[in-house]
Amino acid sequence: MKAIEAVNITKVYPNGVVANRGVNLSIEQGEVHAIVGENGAGKTTLMKIFFGIERPTSGELRVFEKPVHISSPKEAISLGIGMVHQHFMLVPSFTVAENIMLGIEPKKGFFSVDFKKMENVITEYAKRLNFEVPIWEKVLDLPVGVKQRIEILKALVRGARILILDEPSSVLTPQEVNDLFDVLRRLVQDGLTVIFITHKLNEVKQIANRITIMRNAQVVGTYENREVTETDIVELMIGRKFEYDIKRERREPGEVLLTVKDVNYFREDGAHIIKNLSFSLRAGEILAIAGLEGNGQKEFVEILTGLREKAEGKILLNGTNILGAHPKKIRQMGISHIPEDRIEVGCALDLPISENLISDRFHTKPFSGRLIYRKRQVLEFGKKMMKEFDVRAKSPTTIVRMLSGGNMQKVVVAREMTNSARIVIANQPTHGIDVASSEFIRKKLIQMRDDGKAVLLISTDLQEILQIADRILVLYKGEIVAHLKNENITETDLGYYMLGAKRQSDEQIKESMKV
Amino acid sequence: MKKTLLVLEFTRFVITVGIALLIGYIFLLFSTDKPYEAFKLFLTGPLTTQRRFFEFLNNSVPLMMTGLALSLVFQAKVFNIGAEGQLFFGAFGAMLFALNFPQVSWLHLIMTLIGSALFGSIWAFVPAFLRTKWKASELVSSLMMNYISYFLVLFLVNNYFRDKSAGALVSYRFPQTAWLSVITKYRLNSGLFIAVLLSILMGLLIYRTKWGYQIRVIGVNKKFGLYSGMRTMSIMFWVQILSGAVAGLAGGIELTAMYRRFVWQSLPGYGFDGIIVAILARNNPFLVIPSALFIAYLRIGANIMGRTTGVAPEIVIVLQSLMILLITAEALLEKFKQKAIAKEAMKGE
Repeated sequence: MKAIEAVNITKVYPNGVVANRGVNLSIEQGEVHAIVGENGAGKTTLMKIFFGIERPTSGELRVFEKPVHISSPKEAISLGIGMVHQHFMLVPSFTVAENIMLGIEPKKGFFSVDFKKMENVITEYAKRLNFEVPIWEKVLDLPVGVKQRIEILKALVRGARILILDEPSSVLTPQEVNDLFDVLRRLVQDGLTVIFITHKLNEVKQIANRITIMRNAQVVGTYENREVTETDIVELMIGRKFEYDIKRERREPGEVLLTVKDVNYFREDGAHIIKNLSFSLRAGEILAIAGLEGNGQKEFVEILTGLREKAEGKILLNGTNILGAHPKKIRQMGISHIPEDRIEVGCALDLPISENLISDRFHTKPFSGRLIYRKRQVLEFGKKMMKEFDVRAKSPTTIVRMLSGGNMQKVVVAREMTNSARIVIANQPTHGIDVASSEFIRKKLIQMRDDGKAVLLISTDLQEILQIADRILVLYKGEIVAHLKNENITETDLGYYMLGAKRQSDEQIKESMKV
Repeated sequence: MKKTLLVLEFTRFVITVGIALLIGYIFLLFSTDKPYEAFKLFLTGPLTTQRRFFEFLNNSVPLMMTGLALSLVFQAKVFNIGAEGQLFFGAFGAMLFALNFPQVSWLHLIMTLIGSALFGSIWAFVPAFLRTKWKASELVSSLMMNYISYFLVLFLVNNYFRDKSAGALVSYRFPQTAWLSVITKYRLNSGLFIAVLLSILMGLLIYRTKWGYQIRVIGVNKKFGLYSGMRTMSIMFWVQILSGAVAGLAGGIELTAMYRRFVWQSLPGYGFDGIIVAILARNNPFLVIPSALFIAYLRIGANIMGRTTGVAPEIVIVLQSLMILLITAEALLEKFKQKAIAKEAMKGE
């Protein structure tokens, strides 16, 4: 029996982007089906169509072999489709139980909620999956892994027979990923169907029964897991031979460029987000800050780049304290910044590529004279940059909104790597983008290091960190819990520190930083 | 692709106008015996005589100026919509300078106009300052400033500058050296040239200077502007001051050219019409020129119809509003546009 089928689905977005072009896909009941593809290949759009968030421009959908029209998530749910989004859809100030039963609360009488029954229902489901969830705790402070389980329970309680997971492992540690996979296996044993989207091919190989590969809005093919190797998959995804050849030669770092001294940050609600952060960054090295999302990295980068003002401590650059300075001054002093969020911070989506490339240097020659802004020079520069950084778009006048995630990120990277800064803060520089673009950006970072610049890499992707970093700081709950040289360490080692299960003593950290 | 979209955009505009006219025509059927003639007057009225044509041009002047003022702040996504109050206060400033500055030819007029711009920007300063300093919503404070402007100016004019020899509540007459000239016997407001010139200048400012580049960047994504190292607060502040100056100048031009006294006892409404002009022009200063002309044409056409056929003036206002409503409704005919985009996109690749 087929759980869900897409027949000749085409989707064109209002801005003219064709996200799906004649897509055919059929998913068997009771299988784990992975959908992989570069960013912008159309995976997420297809899932959104399955879940009723987007409507296809043309084509047909079948659920359990019946043709259907799904025009809202509500309808999708009633057809037995559940979805766990990459960014969780939970109410932080509600309890776990309230979140799971939101909108379908069992009633006692006319007005009051039957909490007893609520608990029973949830425990029953949780038991079946061998889950442990703190039913009456607020979602706010729970770890990401638990939040994800809540999302899964939410879908199951609503009667999901088909579960869609959008990049479920991107927020988890290796240990948590294993737990997740156990759950998925159990679900499949129960006869559920699991569809999941991911960028991590080792996970695909580990859990999927079948794999569908998408490229450029079309399905390249669906394969049995054992038919294809990881390399096969990558090559099918990008449509050409692929050689993973990031080489990082050992280098002696140069002089100290940036010193962070006892930085503390308290959020408005009094929470101590960053605790006594101290380290220094040298020329010619890549220093990585590892950690799970939400351990203070975001806040720290904002403080460092002048986007968040109220913090204590010192950040010294050429002997000047730049903490609390305006971003303009910080940029002038030689720090460039690839932000975590390219859409909210790193780009002006409705301006052309060319105008996005000069936002930090529009006032200098050749882009501006005293007063006049030289459009032609800006376009020329845009053309040059697009070539150099392999930004794929029709012309430099194309607005950035039209670009796929990978190309958008290349625009940001092109800007931040071509200014005269000696320090680059790269916050999740390859987050959520395709393999080829990631490789390109990582190579560029190494090249910058080799040119004697200093790179501060903030990443949750351990593979990336182990691939390119020279030194690694692990951040846990706003504190440095480990300082490691990138020699003979594994993802699992880092995982323990990231989860807070292991930590180095303060003396150990201090000692290792001196060298 | 770009060309197709442009054609589509234009088709959409034409179709919406067509729909608006059709609905308007149905309204007319209920309110007059001769709907066809009334309608014809509405559509062609401003072109039928020279006097009417100049009336239409004169009407476009304050619309163009306020539309321009608002397009500037809207470019930066700042919603200081106090153009009405700024225009009123600017007119008051023009009056002060006209009545008090030594009567030197040219210089007197120039100072009067500068005075109006100055007073307009003073009025825009308050919401701009409150926003920059304490993050007070400029939308609310600029709206409130309209009322303050209205009552304050009325109080001052009626108590201290009232010409008691005039038959109405108006200020003293401006000396002739503070008059902005009117051309031909139909009194064409020469402020039209100022308005057109200023629109072009502001268009150049927005699209061809580094200051304008920053305004556009901040309008699209303020966070990105700050992140790139722009002084976003300062730019948002100064764009409001500039917008206030343009709105104030609108009041100055209107008084020095058309009335030569302070004559308003109620808010003239140009500041609000300016919002429509700016939206229609997609906040592009260059497009403010045709946009203001279009709105003025509708206005005058409707007035002429009202005057000559006896269609109730309320119907005229309904007709105007309907048309503006339909034209500014962006989602109208969206599906139609969507289909064309889909077709184009599939073909293009």
